Amino acid sequence: MTSPALEYVDVRKAFVPGRPVLDGFSLSVAQGETVALVGPSGCGKTTALKLANRLVDADGGAVWILGMASAEHDPVALRRRVGYVIQEGGLFPHWTVRENVEAVPRLLGWPERQRRARSEELLAMVGLPPAEFSERRPRGLSGGQRQRVGVARALAAGQPLVLMDEPFGALDPIARRAMQREFQSWRARLKAAVLLVTHDLREAFLLADRVAVLEGGRVRQVGSREELTRSPADSFVREFVAEFGS
Amino acid sequence: MSEFSRFFWERRGEILALTGEHLLLVVAATALAVAIGVPLGVALTRRPGLARPVLGFANAVQAIPSLALFGFLIPVPWIGGIGARTAIVALVVYSLLPILRNTHAGILGVDPAVTEAASGIGMTRGERLRLVELPLAFPVVLAGVRIAVVVGVGLATIAAAIGAGGLGVLIYRGVATVDHRLILAGAIPAAAMALLFDFGLGALEKRVGPRS
Repeated sequence: MTSPALEYVDVRKAFVPGRPVLDGFSLSVAQGETVALVGPSGCGKTTALKLANRLVDADGGAVWILGMASAEHDPVALRRRVGYVIQEGGLFPHWTVRENVEAVPRLLGWPERQRRARSEELLAMVGLPPAEFSERRPRGLSGGQRQRVGVARALAAGQPLVLMDEPFGALDPIARRAMQREFQSWRARLKAAVLLVTHDLREAFLLADRVAVLEGGRVRQVGSREELTRSPADSFVREFVAEFGS
Repeated sequence: MSEFSRFFWERRGEILALTGEHLLLVVAATALAVAIGVPLGVALTRRPGLARPVLGFANAVQAIPSLALFGFLIPVPWIGGIGARTAIVALVVYSLLPILRNTHAGILGVDPAVTEAASGIGMTRGERLRLVELPLAFPVVLAGVRIAVVVGVGLATIAAAIGAGGLGVLIYRGVATVDHRLILAGAIPAAAMALLFDFGLGALEKRVGPRS
């Protein structure tokens, strides 16, 4: 039996004492699986995500990342193994598209030739032909193109686990649809486990193998679209799915 | 006017030498101010509690009239005395504030999404600073250096009063002997130097920024 790529066990986290953002939060993401974390804003989705690359550390419980307890990971080394895509891309504006994509391989000290081959492969994959886009800067790209670069950057070092925080949230509906469609094929090719945070339940159903509904600092239910629709665990899940799921 | 040109031409050796001294004062002081101000500005972004008192102190020092500051420094052991060293110390003190303030503001002005991405992909703090924050803050830091240099060229003329040399020597001598030609022989190159620095650094600023 293989261990999950990411597992949260009864995690508690409070930024303000006495007001936990996460309380009794448990979830696991198998290798190669995509799990979407959905819930109303302020429910702790992003905090949960940041626990997985140690941008945030838990107060209690355990987080297992790539087979090791989070506290045993050196944060910097861990973050180079865990891809991270944020809303609006967070691209480095002073670097070209290629330099952005090659950021992690460069930090890892890959030789130039290998970096170049990898960035060209990934740019082609996300639909930005390298001949046309490599030397451009983020400023000259559309929101959708920037987000594609962000995805390529998160995958450039062959990360086995990728965290995505509202990756398509800032895009117009057309660009969003296109990225959602292509996401499936990227995932199939890269075989990375993905934890995807979104407030959009329909997007979650579309992209994820399983969807976790988060409310009040813990996961109310995890399952497929069918499971969440047919047998909601409680009234919150039932109403959430009924209201946003179709 | 031709009489003035001749006057200028006859003293070209001296004017050139004093221009060189002047330049040296300004360049040495600015280099030191950058060497102190940029790291300190960065450090203040990491310790927000210190930013207000330190920037406030630098502001207050800036308000001391320059001749008075030169006067204060003369009796101070090690850094004081008559001559270029004291002048450079005073120029550094004045150049520090714009460089410090702009470095601080420039680093804080970097889009938080970008710094978060830098940490999130696994940059160490040093890598984040070197690869992301400083390059993005560079146009703002440069604007501070530009202010520091232009102010420094002006202040360096006053430094002649404490025996630091530079173009102020001609101006003071001209005032003492009521010789307008001599005053202008100091004032014109000093003004030209300030304008050239302002123009040159301004052009560089346009080329490198703003970036977003």
